[in-house]
Amino acid sequence: MALLSIRNLSVDFATAAGSFRAVDAMDVTVDPGEILAIVGESGSGKSVAMLALMGLLPWTATVTADEMSFDGQDLRAISPRTRRRIVGKDIAMIFQEPMSSLNPCFTVGFQIKEGLKKHLGLDARARQARALELMEMVGIPDPARRLNAYPHQMSGGMSQRVMIAMAIACRPRLLIADEPTTALDVTIQAQILDLLTDLQAETGMALILITHDMGVVAETARRVSVQYAGQKVEEQQVGPLFARPHHPYTSALLAALPERATTRILPTIPGVVPGQFDRPRGCLFAPRCAFADETCRTTPPPVQPPEIGRARCHYPLMQEGRG
Amino acid sequence: MSVAAARQSPLGEFWYYFRENRGAVIGLYIFAVFVFVALFAPLLAPYDPTQQFRQSTLLPPAWAVGGDWAFPLGTDPLGRDMLSRLIHGARYSFFVGIVVVVVAASGGILIGLIAGFAPKWLDTLIMRLMDVILAFPSLLLALVLVAILGPSLTNAMIAIALVLQPHYVRLTRASVMSERTRDYVVSSRVAGAKLPRLMFITVLPNCLAPIIVQAALSFSTAILDAAALGFLGMGAQPPTPEWGTMLAEAREFILRAWWVVTFPGVAILVTVLAINLMGDGLRDALDPKLKRS
Amino acid sequence: MSAPVVQASGLSRVYEVGGGLFGKPQEIRALSEVSFAIPRGKTLAVVGESGCGKSTLARVVTMIEPPSAGSFAIDGTEVTPDRWDGLRDAVQIVFQDPYGSLNPRQRISAILGEPLKINRKGMSRADREAKVREVMGLVGLRPEFYDRYPHMFSGGQRQRIAVARALMLEPKVLVLDEPVSALDLSVQSQILNLLLELQDRLGLTYLFISHDLSVVRHVCDEIMVMYLGRAVETGTKDQVFDSPRHPYTLALLSATPVADPARRKERIKLTGELPSPLNIPSGCAFAARCWKARDRCRAERPELEGDGHKAACFFPEGG
Repeated sequence: MALLSIRNLSVDFATAAGSFRAVDAMDVTVDPGEILAIVGESGSGKSVAMLALMGLLPWTATVTADEMSFDGQDLRAISPRTRRRIVGKDIAMIFQEPMSSLNPCFTVGFQIKEGLKKHLGLDARARQARALELMEMVGIPDPARRLNAYPHQMSGGMSQRVMIAMAIACRPRLLIADEPTTALDVTIQAQILDLLTDLQAETGMALILITHDMGVVAETARRVSVQYAGQKVEEQQVGPLFARPHHPYTSALLAALPERATTRILPTIPGVVPGQFDRPRGCLFAPRCAFADETCRTTPPPVQPPEIGRARCHYPLMQEGRG
Repeated sequence: MSVAAARQSPLGEFWYYFRENRGAVIGLYIFAVFVFVALFAPLLAPYDPTQQFRQSTLLPPAWAVGGDWAFPLGTDPLGRDMLSRLIHGARYSFFVGIVVVVVAASGGILIGLIAGFAPKWLDTLIMRLMDVILAFPSLLLALVLVAILGPSLTNAMIAIALVLQPHYVRLTRASVMSERTRDYVVSSRVAGAKLPRLMFITVLPNCLAPIIVQAALSFSTAILDAAALGFLGMGAQPPTPEWGTMLAEAREFILRAWWVVTFPGVAILVTVLAINLMGDGLRDALDPKLKRS
Repeated sequence: MSAPVVQASGLSRVYEVGGGLFGKPQEIRALSEVSFAIPRGKTLAVVGESGCGKSTLARVVTMIEPPSAGSFAIDGTEVTPDRWDGLRDAVQIVFQDPYGSLNPRQRISAILGEPLKINRKGMSRADREAKVREVMGLVGLRPEFYDRYPHMFSGGQRQRIAVARALMLEPKVLVLDEPVSALDLSVQSQILNLLLELQDRLGLTYLFISHDLSVVRHVCDEIMVMYLGRAVETGTKDQVFDSPRHPYTLALLSATPVADPARRKERIKLTGELPSPLNIPSGCAFAARCWKARDRCRAERPELEGDGHKAACFFPEGG
């Protein structure tokens, strides 16, 4: 059975100029012990969807879903109190900016132990022991000393390690990493990604990796879901996705990677992601799609079967892509 | 390609956020009435504010026993019409507010800009000087200044402006400090912009939001301080129908004729409250941190 | 090949921090003895992680700050602070963050017109408008954008505006400080194409600063890899990418994720993090994280050596 199952999730924000749909009919399924990557550009709703799951959106957001269940428990039905017990213990999340995710007023140790106390009810000695163990697990040298350090005394990579330690403190079943390495340097990014995949393999938790970096996806994920303008446009295993993308957007995105370039001038996707005021009637990608015709512009596309990558497209690409 | 051409103008957006704050909108309406009254005082007031009706001194308001509808809010000990005096008083208050804010803000912004861009020693010098001014109780300092300059409405305004100025200096300097390292300022420098251009054309327009809020709030402070100085006999001199001065003149009649003190007091209260509410709304609307995206 | 447009030798930049009124300020060596030359119409990429001094280099070359030591010349003219004003139209810059680099209170016309207003005093208003519109066309901005404010544009269009502003004075050299790092992938390729087309058309020389090796590989001719304020390896694109000599370059290359799930490669795992720029180790700055480091590396600083393809390492890769 799936660990996390979300069907038809939509999130609307009330803004000065009316309602804005940030996430549109999104489905997410995560099995235990799986690594799912959600890829998308800014404004694709990938972070918002996960924040909605965690119940962390501001009051201006309206969340609707046909199903939102974690481990068989319907997250929509339970009280905020029960939900809070799940969020933070069984579902944990880390964010892009490690420096601002830690409270500068408290030591790292205090912040790690806080969650242990809240969710697990450990006594002081057990908390200290577990905190040390966690610090070791995430590869922080000299953990006993670092527990007493304040966030500003640590670098970005170290802070992200602490964030990960906090996230896995209660042995979550699902870890959501929202652009965990975007703010970090390349060599540190490699360290953190390795750490995340190692921890995932060790503890058997499921991992949702939200990112915009195709390289990170290729090296880390097993299943990939591609988001565009709030919709999931394609979902495949990582190998086939890079070899044979079915949605024109995925295909164009891969072609635009400089490392895949064969000519000096790169293939581009013309135009920009539709905003609040110019949402197309039909397929959201139609205005930028090389293959779009009248149908695409007027009729919202169907979701293709799993063999065709669940592509949300009238005319999914079927030819062999570049391998 | 024109994604956001349809997006609202900044003014429209501002109004949207401002409108959310009920109190602010009410404040704005009251302020508008106040401005209207101040501007058209001679047309609105039934009598000249200094005209004395000797046969009807200390007449109570029209609805009270012994009142006369010729003087809706009654008359003062010298038989002057309260309503006319209050209407003309709005004029002085408005005038005080405008002049004080303009003087304090323009001086404060200029000094703040200089402090923000100046080398460290000059910055320190300016800011310590401002700290010294801020260390005095503001009304006391204003009193001292008026005592030196001599009591009059003009001198009171100068004193209040001086007292309020450090707030603008600090505010401007803080905004300048955070803006001047931004990339757009650096690119202006790369384009060859010199200091005056950087200060006034590049940076200043981006620092205005908190200053506008401060201006609204100090408008009310100015009115309050002017009234206080007037009450202490250090501001506008009788027979000027300034609200604070009116209070002071009527002090001895407080037990016999409640209206001579109540109405100027209420006028000050309502005006100051309205402006403060409006200022709060301005801050909410101009502060991007409180905005929803 | 013609004479280099930018020629720098021994550029250093030291900042003083802290100290307060009486304390002794500490020195931060943000940039140490960096030398390079960029031929006309070519691109030199400066690669490195945060704190490696690449942004400081950009600030020195664009004449925002004077170098603490060393010298550089643009088109044969030695650059000294008193000549800055005259050289403004030779070097311009494009920043990383298109949201912070445009003045939110100015219209596009004012933003683009500003360099002309300052540096072309005699230019009439009509001429200025014509020039602004011409450059807008050059970077692919539509004419009706002329009167709009920056907040009405997306990141990619803002970056076009930033490029247009940099081109207003017809510079010979553009410093591109992470010009596509803040952009989405689909927009990134548009901007990279624009930059490449402009280079071909106008013969521009680029100093391209980036941490993204896949982008660098696509645009640059030569590369300088920096670590803690020093160049550790320089060479042509092929030399550096195909046969890196400095261990840091190797680690950087192996750490860069490749968008190809079929290629499972072994990463070189660097332990530790950047030393603080306040106390740079006396030997090789990279020694603390290097898997090949020996006693000599910790005691002595290796110089940048080699013929064409240079590396600052006692035990370079490939001999």
